[in-house]
Amino acid sequence: MSFISVNKLWKEYGDQVVLENLNLEINEGEFCTLVGASGCGKSTFLKMLLGQETLTRGELLLEGETFPEEPDRNRGIVFQRYSVFPHLTVRQNVLMGLELEQKPVLGKLFGKARKEALARVDEMLESVGLTASADKWPHELSGGMQQRLAIAQSLIMRPRVLLLDEPFGALDPGIRKDMHELLLKLWREIGITIFMVTHDLQEGFFLGTRLLVFDKTRNDPHAPGAYGATITYDLPIGNTDEKLLRDIDQSVANTARHQAN
Amino acid sequence: MRLINRTPGRLAATALGVLPFLILVLIYGLASQQRLAENPNDKLLPGLEQMTAAVDRMAFQEDRRTGDYLMWVDTVASLERLGMGIGIAAVMALVVGLVNGILPLVRANLAPLVSTLSMVPPLAILPILFIVFGLGELSKVMLIVIGTAPIMMRDVAQRVRELPTEQLIKVQTLGANSWQVVTRMALPQVLPRLIDAVRLSLGPAWLFLIAAEAIASTEGLGYRIFLVRRYLAMDVILPYVIWITVLAIVIDQCLRLANRRLFPWYNAGGH
Repeated sequence: MSFISVNKLWKEYGDQVVLENLNLEINEGEFCTLVGASGCGKSTFLKMLLGQETLTRGELLLEGETFPEEPDRNRGIVFQRYSVFPHLTVRQNVLMGLELEQKPVLGKLFGKARKEALARVDEMLESVGLTASADKWPHELSGGMQQRLAIAQSLIMRPRVLLLDEPFGALDPGIRKDMHELLLKLWREIGITIFMVTHDLQEGFFLGTRLLVFDKTRNDPHAPGAYGATITYDLPIGNTDEKLLRDIDQSVANTARHQAN
Repeated sequence: MRLINRTPGRLAATALGVLPFLILVLIYGLASQQRLAENPNDKLLPGLEQMTAAVDRMAFQEDRRTGDYLMWVDTVASLERLGMGIGIAAVMALVVGLVNGILPLVRANLAPLVSTLSMVPPLAILPILFIVFGLGELSKVMLIVIGTAPIMMRDVAQRVRELPTEQLIKVQTLGANSWQVVTRMALPQVLPRLIDAVRLSLGPAWLFLIAAEAIASTEGLGYRIFLVRRYLAMDVILPYVIWITVLAIVIDQCLRLANRRLFPWYNAGGH
């Protein structure tokens, strides 16, 4: 049995079909990148994995069980922005999850338990390169550092799945490259299953183990909502060449143009 | 250069800011002088001399009848009512605003009521308060609570709802239960916003305080102003109004500073 299985999944909002007939098997430890034009349901799919959205028809299973319908500690998330808490310092941000887990009522750790938790926090900060900023407020950090913090905050919970919704979309290209390296390093160390949504096809092509392209195969110019998107390419990364990249790029760009009209 | 692009320097800005005050004082001084020249017993526009004498009498000499320093007694009485009223209102606003902002079930249940209550003109129900709570302290405090709490509740609920959805999802992925979402994510972020709401509500709170004191009281700043109005004692009324204004400014600035000190992340653009 695979880790996550998607069977004939549909997502509709009223008349508008967002996703149609999605079928997918994901093994534990895979790093999937989701690319596609905007409005092609990749973020919606991520939200379903997270529990923020529910499916209309079909099945979405985690080790054979239906996905919980609300977010929980087994599925970490990093958004493009606003993922960290502005009222907590870097250290407190990472500590938060441990505190919430161990103290259901107070939500705060004291004494020895706090010291132990902070040791784990500092280790985590070290591995994302934020040790020097441990006592800063999030607004004092650059965009890239805020994303590092958001990743650290999620990973300290050791979730089974890490979901990334265009995590590096707002960063400068140079910083983005550093973040790719960091993410790959952490993924190799922890061996967690990752889903990452990105706009950037290049990013999707070279990061991770598997590329999922969300695209529309049919388009009705008179009823743009009539057909949904589905997965048009499901490629293991490594066996890809330039021509394929250009083909996918072309197809995604076409869909984007249709959406815009 | 366009007018919209012309900015004053530091010194010029201060001078421009002070100017209206000076003009006001000057106009009053001239008018007062003129009236006093015609009739030294004029009560309508007392000069500085009469006002200092009145302040000295009210604040620094024992009242012949009661043996109290009236201005201080009035100030303490009024500030007590104001503090209690706005304090109770703030606590209520925090509790109701938080649950209203975070819990959709409570919001569906409570938000229409809060919205409706905030539309009731508080002064219109002042007689009801006097009937129900009597003419004592309680009804005056209640007027301030009723006058300011519903609007603050709405404000707090709105601030809670303005917190990014991303944060609400994130805290759940860190394993938070509903209680923890409120206490560790919403409450700490809404506290500085509550202080801002209190600062805005202080204006109405003073209004309700003075209205209640004017109608039924035996001491208080509002009571005194309305009492001496019978004798046209402008020499007392004007210093009292200035004193109330000073108090309002001081309270407002104290809250502003407290907000800065207590929540450094809030004022540095961290929200």
